Amino acid sequence: MFEQIIFYIFAGLLILSASMVITMRNPVMAALFLVLSFFSSAAIWLLLEAEFLAIALVLVYVGAVMVLFLFVIMMLDVNLAPLREGFARHLPFGLAVAVLMMIAMGLVVNSGYFRSEGMTAPVSFGPGYSNTTELGEVLYTDYLYPFEIAGAILLVAIIAAISLTTRKPRSTKTQQPGLQVQVRKEDRLRIIKMDAEKQ
Amino acid sequence: MIVLSDVLILAAILFSISVAGIFINRKNVIILLMCIELMLLSVNMNFIAFSHFLHDINGQIFVFFILTVAAAESAIGLAILVVLFRNRQTINVDDLDSMKG
Repeated sequence: MFEQIIFYIFAGLLILSASMVITMRNPVMAALFLVLSFFSSAAIWLLLEAEFLAIALVLVYVGAVMVLFLFVIMMLDVNLAPLREGFARHLPFGLAVAVLMMIAMGLVVNSGYFRSEGMTAPVSFGPGYSNTTELGEVLYTDYLYPFEIAGAILLVAIIAAISLTTRKPRSTKTQQPGLQVQVRKEDRLRIIKMDAEKQ
Repeated sequence: MIVLSDVLILAAILFSISVAGIFINRKNVIILLMCIELMLLSVNMNFIAFSHFLHDINGQIFVFFILTVAAAESAIGLAILVVLFRNRQTINVDDLDSMKG
């Protein structure tokens, strides 16, 4: 019963903040509400005994990705007025599609199979159980190659983001080898014949 | 006790909200990226719910990889956005039509 109350509180918070994300006029406020929705879903993940992923969601998403979002939003000096036009025009269509999708998915998900006795919450593990340990044991044995590939993907993302956004600085002077090897003696050296100077 | 369908319905509502967000904020690329993040969050919630109710750790492994790829995706997406804004001085989707035939 207690679990259920906590679940409904955080589910309500999640839905509220998600709908604020899509309706906010200011992108900074939308990003902050997205942070709130990440926090409340991390709480729900904790309730579902996925402790490592809940902490990782807060650390990685709230700590890194959302800070990146806020940084980009504040760095770009965006004129917000033209971005909002068509909001009211598209609102009924978007709401209709969303409600239809929600009804369809709800009918499937709320059907007998997922509500049946086999799908109630299993007995929770004892206090000595470590979610991180079990996750690590599977991750470093069965999923070792995907884990390495994930690391390579992150490396590629770092390189791509840096190389996309760096501008070539104008102040640095570099050698141009093509021009260097084309230089002849006549371009640089001038031989002058002149009389010896008298004292 | 929480039933599996409670969590699944919550994830479905979250997914529908983000689809509606894509429809009504179709001009602002930043909000579109945020809606994609919300979609990935709802998918992850489905994975974790099934992992919890079926006592199978593999669902959480999959969520781990989704988080990794989503972080890489948003980093590259925001980098592209910065370059786009630097070149065009706009992030309005309607103005980005230079490849229109």
